Amino acid sequence: MAADQPQIHLVIGSQFEDIELVQIVVEESLRKLELDEAAAHSISLAVREAVANAIKHGNQQNPEKRVEIDFGVEGGEVVIEVTDQGAGFDVSQVRDPLRPDNLLRPNGRGLLFMNSFMDAIDYSFKPEGGTVVTLRKRLASTPTARGPKEENER
Amino acid sequence: MNIPSRTRDGVTILEPKGKITIGVGDIALREAVHAALDSGAKNLLINLKLVTTIDSSGIGELVSGYTTVTNRGGKLKLLNLPPKVQDILQITQLVTVFDIYDDEDEAVASYA
Repeated sequence: MAADQPQIHLVIGSQFEDIELVQIVVEESLRKLELDEAAAHSISLAVREAVANAIKHGNQQNPEKRVEIDFGVEGGEVVIEVTDQGAGFDVSQVRDPLRPDNLLRPNGRGLLFMNSFMDAIDYSFKPEGGTVVTLRKRLASTPTARGPKEENER
Repeated sequence: MNIPSRTRDGVTILEPKGKITIGVGDIALREAVHAALDSGAKNLLINLKLVTTIDSSGIGELVSGYTTVTNRGGKLKLLNLPPKVQDILQITQLVTVFDIYDDEDEAVASYA
């Protein structure tokens, strides 16, 4: 990530409690960018979902695996990369949580949250294993609710 | 997190506060719903007025609660959605599933 400003690099374990730590750091970083409260909340929630997915689906809550979070600003966008050490996944196989027969499923809305709250999301998969989810949001933009393009449990 | 509950006219009202998120409030919500059902409650009303953040796991617990209560012949409804929670229910299209109220009297009367 080629950042315009010093970026933050966090490494956490694969336990859900660590999401709170990430949240504190991300929210403080967003506060310094003077984003409006709604936009900051949207980004914060999207990062929460990406980290939760990395812990749950990527690292399978394996305590020996790590999740890395890189937070920065480049080209007028907040850019957050979340990297796990899992086996990766097929985005096209992710279930659409908005399909009527999926509405009452208790899980599978993580990507919907991310897609709804960010301007762009990219997935890349390292040859040695591990998924990198890149979340982008323009600094001048306001939160928008967009539907998901993918489907699954994430 | 311990979720306060009270009963009014046969309706059990749960009042979570703060975060309903993975590893924080989601399990507490699940436990509160099951504790209410185990103690004989049939109809539940969840007052979300003091909820600051809800993530996909928290939404999942609301959906699970809805399904569990419905399967037992009761009703689970929602009260006082903060704008952020309202937005998420719109995004997830769960506004089409839940009965949502912003007045407790009206909500409680709706179970009659």
